[in-house]
Amino acid sequence: MAAVTAKTNPLGLSRDDYKGLATTLCAGCGHNSITNHIVKALYDHGVDPYRLAKMSGIGCSSKATAYFVERAHAFNAVHGRMPAVTTGAAVANRELLFLGISGDGDTASIGLGQFCHLLRRNVDCTYIVENNGVYGLTKGQFSATADPGSVQRKGTVNQLETIDIAGLAVQLGASFVARSFSGDGQQLVPLLRAALSHRGTAVLDVISPCVAFNDHEGSTKSYHYVKEHELVLHGLDFIPQQTEVAVDYAEGTSTDVELHDGSHLRLRKLGREHDPQDRLSALRVIDEGRQSAEVVTGLLYVNPAAPDLCTMENLPQSPLRDLGEAELRLTPDQFAALLREWQ
Amino acid sequence: MAEQGSVDLNLVASTVNGSGSQSANLVLTRAVFAMGIPVAPKNLFPSNIEGLPTWFYLRANSAGYRAGRRRADLLVALDRATFQADIARLEPGGVLVFEEAFGAPPVEEGRPPLHLYPVPFGRLAKESVPDPDLRKYLTNMIYVGVVAEILGIPDTALEEALTHQFRTKPKALAANREALALGRDYFRANLTKIDSLRLRPLDRTSGQLLLEGNQTAALGAIMGGCTVLAWYPITPSSSLAEHLIGLADRYRIDPESGERRIATIQAEDELAAAGMVLGAGWAGARAMTTTSGPGISLMAEFVGLGYYAEIPAVFVDIQRVGPSTGLPTRTMQGDVSFAYTLSHGDTRHPVLLPGTVLECYEFLQQAFDLAEQLQTPVFVLSDLDLGMNLWMTDPLPYPEQGFERGKVLHKAELDQMQRFERYRDVDGDGVPWRTLPGTEHPLAAYFTRGSGHDEAARYTESEETYTRVMDRLARKLETGRDRLPAPVVDGESAEVGILAYGSSHHAVVEARDILKAKGTATEYLRLRALPAAPEVADFVARHSRVYVVDQNRDGQMHQILQVELGPQLAGRLRSVRHYDGLPLFAADLVEAIQREEGTAAAASRPASVAGMAR
Ligand SMILES: Cc1ncc(C[n+]2csc(CCOP(=O)(O)OP(=O)(O)O)c2C)c(N)n1
Ligand code: SF4
Ligand SMILES: [Mg+2]
Repeated sequence: MAAVTAKTNPLGLSRDDYKGLATTLCAGCGHNSITNHIVKALYDHGVDPYRLAKMSGIGCSSKATAYFVERAHAFNAVHGRMPAVTTGAAVANRELLFLGISGDGDTASIGLGQFCHLLRRNVDCTYIVENNGVYGLTKGQFSATADPGSVQRKGTVNQLETIDIAGLAVQLGASFVARSFSGDGQQLVPLLRAALSHRGTAVLDVISPCVAFNDHEGSTKSYHYVKEHELVLHGLDFIPQQTEVAVDYAEGTSTDVELHDGSHLRLRKLGREHDPQDRLSALRVIDEGRQSAEVVTGLLYVNPAAPDLCTMENLPQSPLRDLGEAELRLTPDQFAALLREWQ
Repeated sequence: MAEQGSVDLNLVASTVNGSGSQSANLVLTRAVFAMGIPVAPKNLFPSNIEGLPTWFYLRANSAGYRAGRRRADLLVALDRATFQADIARLEPGGVLVFEEAFGAPPVEEGRPPLHLYPVPFGRLAKESVPDPDLRKYLTNMIYVGVVAEILGIPDTALEEALTHQFRTKPKALAANREALALGRDYFRANLTKIDSLRLRPLDRTSGQLLLEGNQTAALGAIMGGCTVLAWYPITPSSSLAEHLIGLADRYRIDPESGERRIATIQAEDELAAAGMVLGAGWAGARAMTTTSGPGISLMAEFVGLGYYAEIPAVFVDIQRVGPSTGLPTRTMQGDVSFAYTLSHGDTRHPVLLPGTVLECYEFLQQAFDLAEQLQTPVFVLSDLDLGMNLWMTDPLPYPEQGFERGKVLHKAELDQMQRFERYRDVDGDGVPWRTLPGTEHPLAAYFTRGSGHDEAARYTESEETYTRVMDRLARKLETGRDRLPAPVVDGESAEVGILAYGSSHHAVVEARDILKAKGTATEYLRLRALPAAPEVADFVARHSRVYVVDQNRDGQMHQILQVELGPQLAGRLRSVRHYDGLPLFAADLVEAIQREEGTAAAASRPASVAGMAR
């Protein structure tokens, strides 16, 4: 490993090495802030760009994979279908680190089925939903995450129940579920790093206001609304694997969650009791937030021990794609014996 | 020594689905096969687990014809519901074995009388098998005993077939052996042979195997290096996936670590299956899915992405009768046009058309090579007839060559390069170079997208770039044309040509013999892939008339070839279409061609040749 200097991470890479093309999204779009937090998290985390695979569906949000880590391969799939593509790529090469970006339309409408099955399989990836409550790219129609009573720009009131992505994910048995806000890097960066350290699908439902179509008065996904209604569960610090775990908080004010790769997420208590390794508690805080019109953010649930798809399938550590004839074909003897059996 | 003679016997057994008729039918098939007589068995089964009628056709045929025959010489009628209708399937003067309780059928005016063998199957089973569940299954084995006695199938052949069928179930073996003897003994004690059907041993099956196309395709996938299978259950393709998983369980598990050298994922739907295959192909694995018509419809969007983003993937379609759910357990070549240009916009995919179970094995292997060489989705179009019936075949050869993994740049090559552009045609063959995610080199990464892109994989809406990329994609398929399985041409005739593909092959072989005997010589081109090879134009050019045989209503291949060959040759193509869901029978084909040729006697078209139209 290269020496750590002030301007480089443990891999010897600078923050610029994690940048991508210039964004083509609207100025002020929440998605752009998330991109910046991703760049910071990947840089801080020392992610090897060559190991990173950036996955997305279709939407303004899904375009964002072009705006960070230009040196990583990216796959911009079709609308709502990033989970399937990621699943296939993940079994083909389990050495890759998958970071997926989706939108609320991409995940909660057209891609809802695939999203559920991704969680069921616990495919090892970070899955960010840049949730703005509307279809940005098709110009502002309500999405399935719009809250009842939320008002569209032209005045239409949404009457339908919302699909709560985080709540659904916990229900479905997802192994890592968090909610955050594009404007809260303090929270989002450690959550992203924890997600990268997690083995299995890590869902981050990130409220990300659409300044073009859903940032007005009456919207429940506007900057103003989220700032007014956010309920932050814990203060978060990410403690990388090698670091001494120093205890600098008074007894009982913080807890550590040990993640799959040995790193820790330290949760500083901020008032509300919530143990993120307790699924029922997660469902309760999500539902209470819904009742009280609060946007509950933080680490909602994590199960660091859940096996991921490649583990359950018992795949080799080295990529399947590198196997050759000798490993994949029957030997001539096996082949002849099989044909005899088929005789 | 086996006695040589000519045999062509068609047996039809009409039973109830889920009654264990399958094992009885297989024992009969294997017994005839063990006598050295070529067999062509076919199941006509309903979309149902239990209770609906099902028919089993077994043709024993010394010439080795592998197609079926429509009419039965011997009918075993065990289903009361279809009894009357089944009798119409018999040749005049045929042999009828039936459940005595149904009562003898009335004699038909003006038709030679049938040879009747009433057997109290129900009573025999009741008396000897106390367990009612077991009884249902064993009743069918009683029919095998009766038929064996009528046809003179020796005990040695029956025993060989029984031990093969129940090799892993010794208890069932004994019970079935007894049931079979019950039928034989009943016949001996109570009935006298009054017909002249008889099977005599031949020596025409040695070294041959009896295999299903889905089974050989599965082995082809394993030998072709498939490492990712994503699929969603659907008849008639499920058995391919299940065979593949079975083979993977035996041959793809590392003996030391227990690790599996293949991922077999049952997807949530065909849409997801297609996406998984593309993801895996993009990441460098040899990935496939297998499905049937409804699944192909769902996969359309992803296949277009695979085409435009140039991702290797293998799509196997075991065709069944559409449109919609159609006749899910009947056979058809109904997806040819749809699969060939699947997805919106201009797309075109290499389509391999296996005609035999041997080719199901070979083409699956080749499909992986082609997909990686051409960096595109490749289709293999089989059908229910080929995929789910047993076919006599030469042994499958061990592959002679290694995998062709196409143009992939690794770190070492990139080290020597100044520049890498994912979609740049540097070799002039339309096929660019690709890198795989995970390649440790600053030049390696590129952005895969289904939106407009330039040679460097950058987003663009430039009209020049768009057309340039689309033209190159067309050129790429031209490069592929030479690498596809070439047509097989047989015979010589300047007048009449026959062009067929897929499972129609077997009826064509037989039909050509019949036509020849009737004075019409034909030359035959069997198309084994699309886009059509240049030989097809030559073939059509040297005939006045070419009959294009399709198992679909609209003559899909006929239409494709009309377009591909152009107006000059198109006029020589005549469409022959069969689309009733049954496999193609030679007699129907002969009739249709004779009618066209004006050599058939007028009004000879039997009413039962439904769905045979020009
Ligand atoms: C099959 C299909 N249907 C419709 C579309 C059109 N479409 C593009 S993006 C989009 C919605 C995107 O919304 P969301 O996922 O919330 O992303 P955002 O733009 O809000 O970030 C739709 C409907 C499409 N690309 N594909
Ligand atoms: S339309 Fe909305 S979501 Fe899309 S880029 Fe603009 S602000 Fe962002
Ligand atoms: Mg949205």
